[in-house]
Amino acid sequence: MSGTAATESDALFRYALRLGDSSLVLAQRLGEWVGHAPALEEDLGLANVALDLLGQARLLLTYAGEIEGKGRSEDDLAFLREHREYVNAILVEQPNGDFAQTIVRQVLIDAFQLELYERMQNSSDERLASIAAKSVKEIRYHLRYSGSWLVRLGDGTAESHARTQAALQRLWPYTVELFAEDDLDRLMTAQGVAPSLTDVRTAWAARVDELLSEATLQRPVDRPYGWYGKRGEHSEHLGYILAEMQHMQRTYPGARW
Amino acid sequence: MVASIDLPERTHSEGATGRIEFAWNVLRAVEDPEIPALSLVDLGVIRFVREQADGRLEIGLSPTYTGCPATAVIRRMVEEALTAAQLNATCTSVLSPPWSSDWITPEGRRKLLEYGIVPPESTASSLREALRGSRPLACPHCGSHDTESVSEFGSTPCKALHRCRACLEPFEYFKCI
Repeated sequence: MSGTAATESDALFRYALRLGDSSLVLAQRLGEWVGHAPALEEDLGLANVALDLLGQARLLLTYAGEIEGKGRSEDDLAFLREHREYVNAILVEQPNGDFAQTIVRQVLIDAFQLELYERMQNSSDERLASIAAKSVKEIRYHLRYSGSWLVRLGDGTAESHARTQAALQRLWPYTVELFAEDDLDRLMTAQGVAPSLTDVRTAWAARVDELLSEATLQRPVDRPYGWYGKRGEHSEHLGYILAEMQHMQRTYPGARW
Repeated sequence: MVASIDLPERTHSEGATGRIEFAWNVLRAVEDPEIPALSLVDLGVIRFVREQADGRLEIGLSPTYTGCPATAVIRRMVEEALTAAQLNATCTSVLSPPWSSDWITPEGRRKLLEYGIVPPESTASSLREALRGSRPLACPHCGSHDTESVSEFGSTPCKALHRCRACLEPFEYFKCI
């Protein structure tokens, strides 16, 4: 393999990991609600969203392992990487908090994934295009679920409104990372693999603003931000998530069902 | 589950065409593991049956949802059914174009309704509604339109929960994707 080809496949590997890691970590977070959600229907709803995200993560991590070409499977990538090697967005590792915080996090990420994958269906990379086309169908239902809850909570009682607005204030800063283009994002866009994050942001903002307005919530102001999960910089939360998710494989390496 | 399959009569036509036709008939007898009213062919997840250069049959299978736990079970059931029918076959996962609820056959839709699950609307008519509210569905038990959505998600990834206000029965809707 020539030097350029090696660099190109390494870039695609790292990009597929970013997408896969965000879905995987969010799936694990949502899974914490199983048996604890406010009602049985929400227990089912959150678990179903988690299951879709896990399915998407499996497709993406399997592909990443194939691109890397070192024989790493989806399981190797999920269970045997340290937290600094994870490149998910920091937003998805934020704690579930109360139901309002879980819903706000979900709306922000669902709207992002919807606009990203809608456009990635036309990716120059055939495999990512087909994963995007499959995923976008599921993500529409995720946003339908989270968006309708955002409206009910925001435009609900004084208590639910206050909690939802507080969750929005707390989580909004992390959305900056979703749209902050670095060298890898720019390379992927230049190669036609990924859409421009500027375009994704415009569409995302319109969609989120519409929901916030219906939910009678105030959009927080953007503040300077400099912390990037996609570069392997994480909050303290990720270590705990991985400890729970990975402990079986770490304790019994190679254990299988 | 697989042991209970009634194998169809082997067709008399010879060669690849005959084997492919026979394989389709075998697959028509394999029930979906979560909605046994439907066969895998009714569900539209069998994308193709073709013969490879080495003479083995290749079955194209699509997942309904990326995380659906039934996907692995379906693959195993297909392989076991074809092995029981003495067909040498291998399964290939087909992701693109993605499976759509539009591919459930008319026969499959009829069976779903009889089973008490409202079949999916066409994607063309409900793409917009996938993000916002939807029209009330007709209750599969009493036919009333006085129904409400209880949850966008049900016992399996492909279904949503609804309730009829007229007969008070809960029912499921096979989601349109």
